[in-house]
Amino acid sequence: MATVESSVPATGELKIVEDATCTFCGCVCDDIDLTVENNQITKAKRACVLGKAWFLNHEIEEKPSCLIDGKPATLEQGYDRAAQILTGGKYPIVYGLSDSPCEAQRVAVSITDWIDGTIDTTTSVCHGPSGMAFQGVGEVTCSLGEVTNRGDFIMFWGSNPAESHPRHFTKYSLMPKGMFVPNGRKDRTCVIVDVRKTKSAKAADIFLQIKPRKDFEGLWTLRALAKGVELDPKVVKEETGIELAVWQDVMDRMKAAKFGVIFFGMGLTMTRGKHANSEALLALTRDMNDHTRFVAKPNRGHGNVTGADNVVSWRTGYPFGVNHNRGYPRFNPGEYTTSDTLANGEADCGMMIACDPMANFSQPAREHLASIPYIALDAKETPTTRAAAVAFTVATYGINAPGTVYRMDDVPIPLRPAFESPHPSDFDVLTNIERRVKAIKGISG
Amino acid sequence: MSDLIKIYRGTVYDPANNINGEVRDLWIENGKIVEAPSDPSKPLNRTIDASGMVVMPGGIDMHCHIAGPKVNVARKMRPEEKRKAERIRRTEVTHSGTMGSVPSTFATGYKYAGLGYTTAFDAAIPPLGARHAHEEFEDTPCLDKGFYVLMGNNHYVMRSIQEGEPQKLNAFIAWLLQSAKGFAPKLVNPGGVEVWKHKQAGNVHGLDSVVDHFDVTPRQIISQVSQAANELGLPHPVHIHCNNLGMPGNWETTLETMKALQGRRGHITHIQFHSYGGGDGDENTFNSKVVPLAEYVNSHPNITVDVGQVLFGETTSMTGDGPLGYFLSNVYGGKWFSGDTEMEAGCGITPIKYKNKSLVHALQWAIGLEWYLLVEDPWRVVMSTDHPNGGSFLAYPQIIRFLMDRTYRQDVLKTCHPLVGKRSTLPDIEREYTLNEIAIITRAGPARILGLTNKGHLGPGADADITIYTPHDNKETMFEMPRVVIKSGQVIVDQGELRLAPIGKTLYVEPSYDIDLETDIQEWFEQYYSIRWRNYPVDPSYMHEPEVIGMRAE
Repeated sequence: MATVESSVPATGELKIVEDATCTFCGCVCDDIDLTVENNQITKAKRACVLGKAWFLNHEIEEKPSCLIDGKPATLEQGYDRAAQILTGGKYPIVYGLSDSPCEAQRVAVSITDWIDGTIDTTTSVCHGPSGMAFQGVGEVTCSLGEVTNRGDFIMFWGSNPAESHPRHFTKYSLMPKGMFVPNGRKDRTCVIVDVRKTKSAKAADIFLQIKPRKDFEGLWTLRALAKGVELDPKVVKEETGIELAVWQDVMDRMKAAKFGVIFFGMGLTMTRGKHANSEALLALTRDMNDHTRFVAKPNRGHGNVTGADNVVSWRTGYPFGVNHNRGYPRFNPGEYTTSDTLANGEADCGMMIACDPMANFSQPAREHLASIPYIALDAKETPTTRAAAVAFTVATYGINAPGTVYRMDDVPIPLRPAFESPHPSDFDVLTNIERRVKAIKGISG
Repeated sequence: MSDLIKIYRGTVYDPANNINGEVRDLWIENGKIVEAPSDPSKPLNRTIDASGMVVMPGGIDMHCHIAGPKVNVARKMRPEEKRKAERIRRTEVTHSGTMGSVPSTFATGYKYAGLGYTTAFDAAIPPLGARHAHEEFEDTPCLDKGFYVLMGNNHYVMRSIQEGEPQKLNAFIAWLLQSAKGFAPKLVNPGGVEVWKHKQAGNVHGLDSVVDHFDVTPRQIISQVSQAANELGLPHPVHIHCNNLGMPGNWETTLETMKALQGRRGHITHIQFHSYGGGDGDENTFNSKVVPLAEYVNSHPNITVDVGQVLFGETTSMTGDGPLGYFLSNVYGGKWFSGDTEMEAGCGITPIKYKNKSLVHALQWAIGLEWYLLVEDPWRVVMSTDHPNGGSFLAYPQIIRFLMDRTYRQDVLKTCHPLVGKRSTLPDIEREYTLNEIAIITRAGPARILGLTNKGHLGPGADADITIYTPHDNKETMFEMPRVVIKSGQVIVDQGELRLAPIGKTLYVEPSYDIDLETDIQEWFEQYYSIRWRNYPVDPSYMHEPEVIGMRAE
């Protein structure tokens, strides 16, 4: 277990934790200075509005670390019951993971392997289509520091970082002065494409409000213009809601850029077209490399959803939606993804790790989940923990628990916890469950 | 681990100790080879009858791509290969996994062990992704592992060369290796990847091309990094992927790279991809230039090479050479990944299929074999496929057969494009490798080149990494399923079955440097990186079983 800062302050001490990492969103800012007094974070220097809320509102849950059927139980009882549930089913599912450190994610994949289960992450309900598009066309991308140092044309498509990733503009993509963009914002052109005028829109030099559900058409318009294909202005305007001349102007700027960047969000991946939209955007980025340098980057949401993609991939070969029922990994989004295994009534037991499907899945999926025994791990009480057969209250990663998270650009960053929690970490809970699962299944590996 | 094990009456090939097929006994205790116990009545925990069997040190793959950001992207990108590939089912001692050209982590470890390999080095890790590589290493069992750190396009490296500050360069290389917990400096298309970041299809085209903004040349980078790394006494000073990989006529670049070492110790990797005659991208002029390059290697003992053998079939090309990825994706037209890492490196990935009827591909195959057969001193040529670039590491037994069986080699040559025989010297080469020479190019040689004094041999004090093979006329059969594999004194493969899967050690270096120069590095770092200085170095807690490899004494 990786722990960069092993000494956490004892209760009552005042302590400054420098360069702590915020895991609230995919930006994973690792420059936060935390002031800790009496097991409370009182200052979070450099944190954005979301990060401040994350750190300053953090309180240890006054709740037992383990509940079985809603009643307080010891952790040992909880681990035993969890292992019994997971080894007792025919179609066990493990889901969530995007707000857990990699160390815990690895154990979750091991458990899934030992129980011939199905593992899926919240990627399947956010950038899963981007993952599928990636498998189709690939991706031209870079680390966020490259954007800072080189990016002179920055586009956001279906993404609203002003609200979802508040430091995106100031820390990485728009405002900072970089090696080859020494004047910062003045050296960059910003284009934002969305179906509504978001709070991010005012950061743009050019804002394109395209017709809802017409992202694919908009992207293909740009692809055509990149290749010099002649288009009918009337059709373009009708289909996309934007004049051809405006698209042409954007394309001219894209070609004139030295290092162009397109960030995209769920406004692209979760609207009509889904993975076809992502594929169009990734293909456009690729096409642009025949003219200049261009990269694309999904703006990932959860703090360690990128780590989940990585861990599940290195262990199984596939990024999410992986079924082990035959004793080896198989991948099929739409079949092995959790919203489907639940809505189709296939899963018969499960484990929900740092996620809340009872709050945000479809009604058939929620109803089925409520009908099967499952384990939930969360730092807070949620609809999912309330309906769980075994609910563990866990230490919050990055604040109370150590580990590794991957920023949205796949850069792994260590966590520096501020103070200890009375609750076990995800890693602790999963390791204990794994030990029991292995004993039940007779596994020595 | 404290078991005393005796392997008796094996036919031992231990070239580092001048043992060439002698029947001998070996003793193992505490994970190491030991002398025969002075007290003959000392109880043995296990005996292994190796009568009639061939005993060698565990295999060492000194150049493969098995972990880290680039490899994992390739896994994600290629689901289509996996369904039709061999299935890796979980057992009571092993995890499940997937194959295809880029196996999952556990599968990688198991498959290497199954071939009798016990040590492997990932060849290209950007330091910003070092933590990721270490995390994957912990999930890649059965192997001792290390990685090479990309630095041929590192801004600080180029800046200190531009400013004529060799002492800063020395300190930076040492600091970077320590921060990443890496094993050796790696140069990939030195300078070229930086140019790729500056402009469309950007690259350098020879050793004296000037790199944008930094005003340095590939020749300066090669010369000065090799100088610094040798001064530091690194066990494997510099591992070089030359400029112009894959381009017709690139042999001259390769020759110039060797000359740029100016007698200093240096390793040229996957040299097969860098040994081409011809020009102007014209397939009709493409030919082998192994003869003049091998002559240079033969007469310059400071230079070592690994081959990067191409095998026919489908694989995934993955490289730290960003512009090469762009070039290949345009040649093959398939999906393409490119990833630029700030201040440090690039990356290119694309699927690729080598066909025996393609003149270029068949020549690449022949050129690889020429390298093994034309370097006179087997201690200076190492078996590699540049896994998975030329083919999978699983092809090693087949390559051994090509080298030990001239008839087989010629039979396969006959199935290739007819011009291969005219454009290379392969049809005329009579040489066949001996088992002792195979032991050199797969174990003893790479250990020596890497400065691993406890590996690649079976003398007392060596790590007890041992492979026992059942002899067979068909050397591919012999080498593809060892009878017993011992890793750090534990039997991990027995009768071809995997019995144990220990995680294995992480091998890295800790060169000393002038700590005062760290301030300059920190100032530069804080100006340009997107993560904090304090969060950059890999913490020791990421290392599961660390072993620091010492500096060279000379």
